[in-house]
Parts: sequence; structure tokens; C-alpha cells
Amino acid sequence: MRVIDVRGLRKEFTVRVRKTMLRREKRVVAAVDGVDLRVERGELLGYLGPNGAGKSTTLKMLTGVLHPTAGHVSVCGFTPVPQRIKLARRIGVVFGQRSQLWWDLPLRDSFDLLKAIYRVPGEQHAAQLKRCRDLLDLDSFMDTPVRQLSLGQRMRGELTASLLHSPEILFLDEPTIGLDVVSKQAVRGFLAELGARGDTTIVLTTHDLADIERLCSRIVVIDHGKVVHDGSIQDLHLRYGSRRRVIADFDVAFTYPVDLPGVVLESSTGTRLVFAVDEVGPLAAVLAANGSLRDLSIAEPEIEDVISRLYQTPAGQVG
Amino acid sequence: MGETLRIYLQLIGAQGRAQASYRVSFWLDLAGNAIVVGADLLTVLVIYTQVPKLGGFGVAQTLVFFGLALAAFSLADLFVGNIERMKTYVRMGTLDGVLVRPLGVLPQLLAMDVGFRRLGRVAYALVIFAVSLSYADIPWTPSRVVLAVVAPLSGAVFFCAYFVATATVAFWWVESGELANALTYGGRDFTSYPITVYSGWFRKLFAFGLGFGFVAYYPGLALLGIPDPLGFPSWLGWGSVLVALIAVMVAATIWRTGVRHYRSTGS
Repeated sequence: MRVIDVRGLRKEFTVRVRKTMLRREKRVVAAVDGVDLRVERGELLGYLGPNGAGKSTTLKMLTGVLHPTAGHVSVCGFTPVPQRIKLARRIGVVFGQRSQLWWDLPLRDSFDLLKAIYRVPGEQHAAQLKRCRDLLDLDSFMDTPVRQLSLGQRMRGELTASLLHSPEILFLDEPTIGLDVVSKQAVRGFLAELGARGDTTIVLTTHDLADIERLCSRIVVIDHGKVVHDGSIQDLHLRYGSRRRVIADFDVAFTYPVDLPGVVLESSTGTRLVFAVDEVGPLAAVLAANGSLRDLSIAEPEIEDVISRLYQTPAGQVG
Repeated sequence: MGETLRIYLQLIGAQGRAQASYRVSFWLDLAGNAIVVGADLLTVLVIYTQVPKLGGFGVAQTLVFFGLALAAFSLADLFVGNIERMKTYVRMGTLDGVLVRPLGVLPQLLAMDVGFRRLGRVAYALVIFAVSLSYADIPWTPSRVVLAVVAPLSGAVFFCAYFVATATVAFWWVESGELANALTYGGRDFTSYPITVYSGWFRKLFAFGLGFGFVAYYPGLALLGIPDPLGFPSWLGWGSVLVALIAVMVAATIWRTGVRHYRSTGS
């Protein structure tokens, strides 16, 4: 079942540029420029892009905060802006940089208020809350005012708050921003579990590529308001020719020529050789047979490299 | 409908608990607010030590206008006054958070920010109004009793509408606080005195054009049983209800336009 259907989505903003002291010029800028996006139920989608690429603007149009300048948007079968309230009951939203919780009240109170706001039946609320409390370890700070929570604790509270009404789609805008390693792991683990159950669709924007690698089966990269990649991480590596590296260490300098299809020698210090490869097996066999191999390690391609290359490509030249 | 009301009451209750969680500051604010507004009353009394009449009215009569204006304003300020933080809501993204919840935008913002610290001002204003009524030799009739209750309420509704309408300007210009204050606080000060002390276009604009004459002056005249020196009929005192309703409709239109503008510009 398709839960998000977006075609030709466009959002223009008018910015005023100061020319001189008195004269200002209006300019129309397209923050989102013809985005097409279809998401099936249960997908875990990573939405990536550099600052100002249009990620948050897209999310705001999908959640009914902003009105698109042009294009078709359907989320859970609703058109977000006129049907904001109906849609709000079916989606959950977490903004990493601002809180949806009641700042001065114990965390517990926020959950009670949200139960009322979303009119969640008692048993359903209790069950959802119980699950989140167990998975996110909330029990030790349920009675602490939100303003006194650490960022990691607060984010666990935000996740719970967004899920109490069992939304069909969960939108997360930078959910791991500013978190320490342990909290990031907790949030990722929780989202992975939620995604694995298959009944909640998750759309996630992030700058943290580890989030993406850990969680997302599909990534959509946007830059300058346009989609430049839509597919799996493997697709991305394939498309940009990023390959795994084999690092081989020898006791004595390795001087044999290696001539295998799909293998490129990237660097050599004599005793340490680095290769870029498509397949590890044949190379490993040659290295082991021809020298005093001491150690062999394989490095997965770095998604950072791929993405940064993607961002550097001028808009319109790819995809 | 009842269910929705219950949700808002719950939100207001949460807001009360949140403010009470800063205990010392809450009580200090409550007491401080009551003292600060005493200065306004003192101003009126000092003026009357110098002049016997102001705009044709004695001190007891002026205090009825003053008390009525203060009661209306402080009631509105209690429930809606915090909407002047609109620019913060826009800037901090509070508005986005409110838009993704299944409730009306304005009621949520209001319920999230009732200024319980201003309860002291409301109590003080109601006392001033009651005392001024008892000193003013009012020829009480059943309809005057009703008006004494209705007038501060419709005045409060009128000021609520002004708060919302002027705060909405923040959707277009984020730095619009001064303009909003000029209209709301300026309007309050205008209504605290009989409109006969003002003259010319200024009186016409504020009293009739912007409707401030119907908050305290005309209802006050009707309560006092004094004919209007400007020659308008006495039933105009009840016009405050109509004027409040008009103000609400205008404010609602401005608000909706503002939200629509926000959603198309995002700033």
C-alpha cells in the first residue's frame, strides 16, 4: 500500500535581497523544485541532503505545516494542508531541534496530555507506553521535569510522544542531532526495531550517515531542491563506483605485479598495499600465494565519500 | 464538542501546573503585578487633586470608566495576553509543532500560554471596578446589574480580539511587537478615561473607528445613567456586545489570513 505519493512537488520562497540602503529586491527561490516520491507502507526511508537542500521544507509539506507552491501531495490518502487535522491523527512527527514535550512538567504528564489530545483509548495508550518504556528505558526519568532531562533522555521521550497514538507514518527531522554515542545507539536501535515490525513507515532526515547505514533500506538524496538519488545504499555505491578496499601487510616488501580484473592498486609502501576491488576472493588468493602475508583487512566503502561527491556535483548534472 | 473542551481545560491545567512549578517566582509575579498596576490608579487620583472635573466627569465617575477598562483588559490579558509572544512561536518553531497536532492552532497556542501570573491583576481590577461602582451613586435597575456583568466581559472579548489581531502581524513582520503594543496597551490607556478628554480625529479614530469607546465609556455612561455629552443615545452602552462580536470576526479573519500566509511562506 502506498502511504506517500508526491509528484512534482515545488515550494518557492520570496527572499528580499538588500541592494542598497533603501532599495531591496525580491527574488523567488525554489527550496523544493519538482520532487517526486512514492513510499510504500513499512518502508524505512532516509532523506538526505546538505543544509538548505530542501529536506525540512519537504517534510513540512508532507506533514501539513506548509502549503506547496505546486505539485500533488497525498499522505495516508489525505491532502495535508486542507486535511491537516485528519492527517495529524495518522502521523507522528519528531523535530530533533525542538521539543514537543511540556518543558516544565514531569515527562509522564506530557504523555497524559498527548493521550487526551490524540484521544487515544486507555488500553492502547497503556500498551504503547509500556512498550516504549521498556525499549527506551524511560522508567528512571518518568517523573523528572522535561527541562531537567539530558538531550538523550529527552529524545527518547520525544520518540515515545510521537508514537503513543500509533501513527502509520513517523517523520523524524534529525532525530540524532547532538546526541552522544550511547543515546544515538539507543535511538537507532529503537527505530530499527520499529521498522522491523513493518507496520510503521519511517521517513528520516539526517546528517549522520551512520543513521542511514544502520537503518535505511532506501535513501533519497536531494540537493538544490531536486532528487539526485533514489535507491538503496548499494545502488549509490555502484553508481558512483565506490568499492571496497583491501589492505594487505607483508613482512617483506611485496613486489609481484597483481593483474586481476576489477582490482586497482591504490597505494603501496612496499610492505603495505592498498587495493580497490569488486571482489575480495581472487585478490586474497594471489596475495596469500605470492608473499609473506601477515595481515589482511577489508574496509567497506565510506558512504561519506559518496555523498560528499554527490553534493559537489552541480545540480542538474546527475539523476 | 464537550470532549474538545475537556482537552483544552487539561492543556490549561497543565500550563497552570507548569507555572506553579517555579513557586517563588510565581508568587512574586502575582504580588508584583498587583502592586505595579496600582500606579495607574494613583495617576487618576493625582490628576483629580489638581482639577475638579476631567472631560466633564468627576473622580467617582471617571473611576467607573477606569475600573471597567482595567477589568476588561486584565481579563483579556490573562487568557490571551501571551499571544504577543507570537513572534517567538514563529521563530522557535512552536507553530510547526502545533500544526502537526489534531487541534485548532489558535486555541492550542492560547491554552498553552495562559498567564496565571496575571491573576493578581485580574483580582485587583475587579476590586477597583466593584469599589468604583459603589462610590458612583448608580441608580441600580435590573438591566444595569446585568450590564455591570456583561460590560467587563464583552470588553474582555474585545481586547482578546485586539490581542490576536495585532499579534497576527508577526506572520508578516516578525519584529512587530511595538505596533501590537501601541494598539493593545494604547487602547487600554485610551479607554481608562472618558473619551471627552480627547478631541478631533484622534477621538473619532480610537473611540469609533477602532471601537475603544465601547469598552468602558458607553457602558459606563449607561451604568451611571448620565447622558452622553457628545449627544449619542444611552442604549449605545449595550453596543459593547455588538462591537466585541465584530472585533472577534475581524480578528478571526486576520488570524486565518495570517496562518495561510505563514503556510505559504514558512516565516
